[in-house]
Amino acid sequence: MGRAGSRMGRVWMLAAAATMVAGAAAARDLTVVSWGGAYQDAQRQVYFKPFMDSLKTRMVEESWDGGIGVLRAKMQGGANTWDVVQVESEELVIGCEEGLFEKVDWSKYGGQDAYLKDAVHECGVGAIVYNFVLAYDADRIKDGPKNWADFWNVQKWPGKRALRKGPKTNLEFALMADGVAPADVYKTLATDAGVERAFRKLDQLKGNVVWWEKGAQPPQLLAAGEAAMVSAYNGRIGAANKTDKKNFAIVWNNSLYTIDSWVIMKGSPNKAQAESYIAYVSKPENQAKLPPLIPYGVTHKGANAAIDKAVLPQLPTAPENIASALYIDEPFWVENIDKLNQRFNAWVAR
Amino acid sequence: MPGSPADVRLRGLIDTRGAPPDPARWRAAALVAPLFLFLAATFLAPIGAMMWRAVGDGEVAPVFARTLSALDGWDGRALPADAAYAAVVADIRQARADGTLASAATRLNYDVNGYRSLLFSTARRLPADGAADVRQALIALNPLWGERETWAAIRRAAGPVTDLYLLAALDLRRDAEGSVASAPADQSVFRTVLFRTLWIASVVTAICLALGYPAAYLLARLPEKTANPLLILILVPFWTSLLVRTAAWVVLLQREGVINAFLLGTGMTAEPLPMIYNRFAVYVAMVHILLPFMILPLYSVMRGIPAAHMRAAASLGARPFTVFRRVFLPQSAAGVAAGSLLVFIQAIGYYVTPALVGGADDQMVSYFIAFYASRTINWGMAAALSILLVAATAALFLVYRRLAGGQMPRLG
Repeated sequence: MGRAGSRMGRVWMLAAAATMVAGAAAARDLTVVSWGGAYQDAQRQVYFKPFMDSLKTRMVEESWDGGIGVLRAKMQGGANTWDVVQVESEELVIGCEEGLFEKVDWSKYGGQDAYLKDAVHECGVGAIVYNFVLAYDADRIKDGPKNWADFWNVQKWPGKRALRKGPKTNLEFALMADGVAPADVYKTLATDAGVERAFRKLDQLKGNVVWWEKGAQPPQLLAAGEAAMVSAYNGRIGAANKTDKKNFAIVWNNSLYTIDSWVIMKGSPNKAQAESYIAYVSKPENQAKLPPLIPYGVTHKGANAAIDKAVLPQLPTAPENIASALYIDEPFWVENIDKLNQRFNAWVAR
Repeated sequence: MPGSPADVRLRGLIDTRGAPPDPARWRAAALVAPLFLFLAATFLAPIGAMMWRAVGDGEVAPVFARTLSALDGWDGRALPADAAYAAVVADIRQARADGTLASAATRLNYDVNGYRSLLFSTARRLPADGAADVRQALIALNPLWGERETWAAIRRAAGPVTDLYLLAALDLRRDAEGSVASAPADQSVFRTVLFRTLWIASVVTAICLALGYPAAYLLARLPEKTANPLLILILVPFWTSLLVRTAAWVVLLQREGVINAFLLGTGMTAEPLPMIYNRFAVYVAMVHILLPFMILPLYSVMRGIPAAHMRAAASLGARPFTVFRRVFLPQSAAGVAAGSLLVFIQAIGYYVTPALVGGADDQMVSYFIAFYASRTINWGMAAALSILLVAATAALFLVYRRLAGGQMPRLG
């Protein structure tokens, strides 16, 4: 998720504090925490306001920038003021392990089968789907790349390649470029030989790589001609095309996707309201309103049918886009990130 | 600076063994007390607390108290006794209930990859209290419980201090026997990075000296009327934000930036030159930012060298170069030393500039400090690398003092 809008969060936090003082003895309102910025603006329009109107209830919104430490501190401090939080998959896995979240009662949301397989978790309900995709500037490259093997082909398509700094996503891309089937990527990475193979593949590209760290960089690198191809968040590429009138092309083939989920903080006094909020925003007809505002996929299997046909092909969840995509295996990364970070840093330094 | 007049006076303030306390001295001490307390609270205490994290090791001991006392006296050559297996089950059960397992698991995972999931998967399927053979049950759950290394790691993390982070900052680690060994080549990075940091700082200092010395010489020789406007030209960039100047270099150096557009437009090159995200860009931007720190001390020292000395040497028959080498250069040496020290010490701590204009193999120690402090939240590693950097700076300063014969550099 884009990490923006924490100032907005503070404003809302003040608002929340004021409400609490005003309400004195009354229980506090349902507090929903999301990622701020353009994304939360869209959520406010299609989720928060309609939710309050249709159920004649009140809720408070806040925003955050992620980090499991923030959630731990909320719970350990004993003064947790958050009820529903949208978390990335890493926080979902770790927080669930540590018992920070309530377990999901799927019968309240229409059952697990109504959702994409990867949007179902014992602690969280999937909210949006977003991808790491291959992108290039179609104005500069006419006969574009089709897959990760093409990304590695600097003879046919000269120019720098921009990749996210760190092992996560790149080891997967490297193995797929080396001919590993998406389904076998994490099986391969679980072995030392597989990690070795991924780094050897990255070796081939090393001299041509520009590393990016913030999601805003890949479209900038493409726009400046600094990189011929990039790995990027699909939403950023879509936004650059929309607002900056760029003609960036996305290769959905073998992209990686991940899911942000709604969780309920453990021991929330507003658990019933929190569940009715999640049930509201998980309804297919409500989810279908989000993608036209911001190009993220939504998780209810029934939502795609209600989405504008012009918007659908730009979404990670369009059937032809998700068909060859690989879900990022968060438990694998939580387990191995220390070792692979160290190895990646050593590899980059060489 | 032991022995200097200021030092003697200062010592007089603190050391009251001799004369009875003099009211004037107490007043003086009271005057500096606020500043001293301010520095202690805002500078010494936080830095000390951060440094402590490089060696402090308090996450595991409270969580695995029973296990650690059961491991007391274990020789490490065979698997520990059954009591240790029973103790670890009790500890994990309680930690799971208290919610303290995560921090201990994170700490152990720094040492042995896979420890985190070992603990959490064990916690999910703990053998019941009073199970017949806890050892067999645990090993059946995960064969890692049948390896000495698993137990040695808990004992290594007993605290209260550890050398794990400091050793790791030098690409070293302890093996199961407890002796220090080199980390495997594919996990070794910090020695390379430290050497690179010192190298980049040296090159930047050398370039700054080569560019700054003639500039300072010119400024010092000019009449003040002309020198002052020129000094402004040096000070204006000096006053501009570091981030702004670095971003300006990005605009200038990028592939379709100003310089490449000019070179392509005039036909001097057919292809855009790669001028950014490499070492070249790091040198250019760092020299530009640090140059005033070289010129200003040089200028202040050179201003103090009387022109009469040079005229006297020339009148005694010395040729211009000899005058410079025998008379001017030795007198400006203090400025050279001060400027070089100032530039070098700042350069080895550089973070933003290499991060913005450098490539992946141009990152310096600070980058990795930031990486551990804010990305992976491994404060132990961040602190250990900071200590490495402080130690390098301190060593350098001591060398400088030895060379300069105990004289402090004059900083302008």
